[in-house]
Amino acid sequence: MYHEMVLVRRLEERAAALYQEGKIGGFLHLYIGQEAVGTGILSVRRPEDRVITAYRDHGTAISCGVPARAVMAELLGKVTGTSKGKGGSMHLADVKRNFWGGHAIVGAHLPLAAGMALADKYRGLDAVTICFFGDGATNIGYFHEALNLSMLWRLPVLWVCENNLYGMGTAVERASAVSEIRQKAEGYNMPNDRVEGMDVLSVRQAGERALAAVRGHGPFLLEVVTYRFRGHSMGDPERYRTSDEVRKWQENDPIGIYRRRLTEGRRATAAELDAVEQRVEEELEDAVRFAESSPAPAPEELYRDIYVEPAAPLPGRS
Amino acid sequence: MPTLTMREAISQALWEEMERDERVIILGEEVGVWGGTYAVTKGFYDHFGPERVLDTPIAEGVIVGAANGAAMAGLRPVAELMTINFAFLAMDQIINHTAKLRSMFGGQFTVPVVIRAVGGGGRQLGATHSQTPDAVFAHFPGLKVVAPATPHDAKGLLKSAIRSDDPVLFIEHATLYQARGEVPEGEVLEPIGVAKVQRPGRDVTLVTYSKMLQVSLQAAEQLARDGIEVEIVDLRSLRPLDIGPALDSVRRTNRAVVVEEGWRSYGVGAEVAARIHEQAFDFLDAPVARVAQEEVPLPYNRELEQEALPQTADVIAAVRGVL
Repeated sequence: MYHEMVLVRRLEERAAALYQEGKIGGFLHLYIGQEAVGTGILSVRRPEDRVITAYRDHGTAISCGVPARAVMAELLGKVTGTSKGKGGSMHLADVKRNFWGGHAIVGAHLPLAAGMALADKYRGLDAVTICFFGDGATNIGYFHEALNLSMLWRLPVLWVCENNLYGMGTAVERASAVSEIRQKAEGYNMPNDRVEGMDVLSVRQAGERALAAVRGHGPFLLEVVTYRFRGHSMGDPERYRTSDEVRKWQENDPIGIYRRRLTEGRRATAAELDAVEQRVEEELEDAVRFAESSPAPAPEELYRDIYVEPAAPLPGRS
Repeated sequence: MPTLTMREAISQALWEEMERDERVIILGEEVGVWGGTYAVTKGFYDHFGPERVLDTPIAEGVIVGAANGAAMAGLRPVAELMTINFAFLAMDQIINHTAKLRSMFGGQFTVPVVIRAVGGGGRQLGATHSQTPDAVFAHFPGLKVVAPATPHDAKGLLKSAIRSDDPVLFIEHATLYQARGEVPEGEVLEPIGVAKVQRPGRDVTLVTYSKMLQVSLQAAEQLARDGIEVEIVDLRSLRPLDIGPALDSVRRTNRAVVVEEGWRSYGVGAEVAARIHEQAFDFLDAPVARVAQEEVPLPYNRELEQEALPQTADVIAAVRGVL
């Protein structure tokens, strides 16, 4: 887990630099600060459990086992990327690893999660769909439609609200009538829990409990309180919070916390963890090299993957 | 050949495909216990059970969204939207997801969903329940949009839609459910994206689809009495649009009229006329004429509503206008 958290952190720091260099286009939403959430919960998922998330998806992809190479290549828009360079930062997916995206419309992937869980239940499979979303998504109709349906039909979905206290630049208290998101599950008679999200081990335990609650029973909403150290996306002026507040949270860096727990618990030495970090640097160098040297999608790709039969340009264009 | 109503043809298509493939499920408002608000799924709940015929809450976003998700996970869901006007509540799912999920992730998975939606005016349901927004949906690459006019095509196209790995919006016209037509016994499959000449003629090409085929056929009968032979091309699918048969016809008749029930601005007629101009301009002896709904929200009052909708007389006038 330490390797994974450091990889996510360093990959995103590298992505931010590549973004500044103009090598990554579009939007780039960094997960930095929230790594304990995805890492902790996905450390206890089974391979048959589906995973789906919103647009802050780099960490989730890595935690699902997507190679750093494929993530970096997608960010650089290369054909070797997870989505052949057609999705970008917000649309990573790797269905072989049961990672179903990367979705850019706030709240819209919650109904998709309900549908995937419906399919698994229909087939009698013992799989859970783990659906991550932000606090901002809990104010949109989709959230309520999906929670209601999942409870009504007892769908095997673990709803994970990553409450990072801000929906873009609007604090939870300024956007949601209830500040504890888990209260919204009460309205649907859905079991729920709210935990702190900076310590990966306690997130992992909460995830274990929540997944056990879902299997064979029905949906569960797990609210995990976390914090993103960076702006909403690149180019966020961050007028909505003070640098003091950010600094205070950074003192609770999930990687620092886990490092201390590993060393103080004598489960790893500082030298061993340094070696892990060194390995991550090498992995990342390799990923960036791979992405930069990969080819862009060919022009013929433009009309592919839309329908089963490749589409074609319209004739008679002026 | 036996005749069926449109309702029976659609119902048969669903029934046969559910018998054929366990991955096919139906979900929507009142599709189960009620039997469908247009009685299309009458008897399905008892026969196929609540696991395959799912009554949903009135929540279009999650109806289409869950259908998308189930399709991503390998089922072949048929989501029913009670009216196409309610599709606006699921617009984000249909446009940003149904149509894009496959390409956005580089073709890693398919989304074999069918969204059945009932459209059209003429039943005094007022402005919000009477629209024909077919062109809106046909605008978006990634979706296939089918709108049959006959029981035969409805059955054949719906079965093809369910078997297709591409997502299909299947638009049924609310006033066509009682329309009768011949449907052969046994397997009926019609290809999506293929237009069909429904009436041969030499003088004018009339391009239409869905309910307006009926209106156009009536107009053609009357014009034939005056020796004017109208060739009618039924588009059947709006996306992909098979313009070939219309172009072939225009090259023989040199005149074209497009008849649609929706509004003229930015509509199906606009698209068809533009394609004819792009690809058969030299064959035209007159500008392409368009017959469409008056540009107003449809009123409740029967006479006013009919005034706004395209009528046989409007089609006849348009045909005479291009001669």
